[in-house]
Amino acid sequence: MSIGDWEALINVALLGLLLVVTFGIIRLRNLFGVVMLAGIYSLLMAMVFTLLDAVDVAFTEAAVGAGVSTILSLGTLALIDSRREKIPFRFQFTPLLVALVTGGVLLWGMQDMPAVGAADAPNQVHVAPYYIQQTPVDIDVPNIVTAVLASYRGFDTLGEVTVIFTAGIGVMMLLSSMPVIGARRRRRRDDDGPEDDA
Amino acid sequence: MIEHLVPRILAKLLIPFILLFGLYVQFHGDFGPGGGFQAGVIFAAGIILYALIYGLDRARSVVTPGLVSFLVALGLLIYAGVGVATMLLGAEFLNYGALDSHDPVHGQHLGILIIEFGVGTTVAAVMITIFYQFAGRLKITRELEADDEDDADEEQVTESPR
Repeated sequence: MSIGDWEALINVALLGLLLVVTFGIIRLRNLFGVVMLAGIYSLLMAMVFTLLDAVDVAFTEAAVGAGVSTILSLGTLALIDSRREKIPFRFQFTPLLVALVTGGVLLWGMQDMPAVGAADAPNQVHVAPYYIQQTPVDIDVPNIVTAVLASYRGFDTLGEVTVIFTAGIGVMMLLSSMPVIGARRRRRRDDDGPEDDA
Repeated sequence: MIEHLVPRILAKLLIPFILLFGLYVQFHGDFGPGGGFQAGVIFAAGIILYALIYGLDRARSVVTPGLVSFLVALGLLIYAGVGVATMLLGAEFLNYGALDSHDPVHGQHLGILIIEFGVGTTVAAVMITIFYQFAGRLKITRELEADDEDDADEEQVTESPR
């Protein structure tokens, strides 16, 4: 088998695993398990990005998707006491129909898209050749992704950092000023619970 | 604090390497995959691991919340400050070429290094802040619940002799 065949085989295996994990997330009622599966999903996506030669994106996905967001989700789970409410699995027709139709339309639309990695794809012939030609002359860093993100598109990256800054400030203001009333109220409800049953 | 021996020792061994790897990703972003964003997240993960194993209080005494909120703003200010500096040097906003009057390419290297450092600082500080806030609320909630349980116990004790 050639390298291309192996790559296709690995792609199929990874996408199959993604499908399995997705159905696991849909079926599982245990939120802890869902958070773990979401972390696994991110790691699988990181591998898919690596196969697509998008190493920087894969790196970010592994660090943010599988690492930090898993920890933050677990922190949220600890706060909301997820064992209390068990929502049983119900089959719902409308969401399934919406998902199937959307998926079908996307698959139909994909017919017009250029092949993955095709050299004559519109995104490869627009500004990409300029970046590839000019980066050694203008900026001279080996990683063109860094050159684009930090220099050519520096203003966009400044905006992204501002978004992260705003998110941090928002969490800080929301969580540090809000009074903690949930704990007492929840405890009271626990105490009332058995009395109601009796 | 987690009392289990294996996680504590493993964390103690791993955390220096996690932080070092974060710095490597930070300053090696020009040459390989990585950059300020990934480095910030990895660095924050090291601190969060410390907080998970050794407790929030000890993490807060090492990396104080005041310092973290200062760093949240500092990173963005470094980034925007580079833009202002290039404008003062007579070029466009964030045109790093102006940072070195002899060779614009060196100016680009310098500019990318500084703004990536700003990105890393803000990202790491924001991740640590969000974790501190979540964990801090959990701590307060647990303490309040413990207080309520104590109250409930006392009530039972006072009621039982009757």
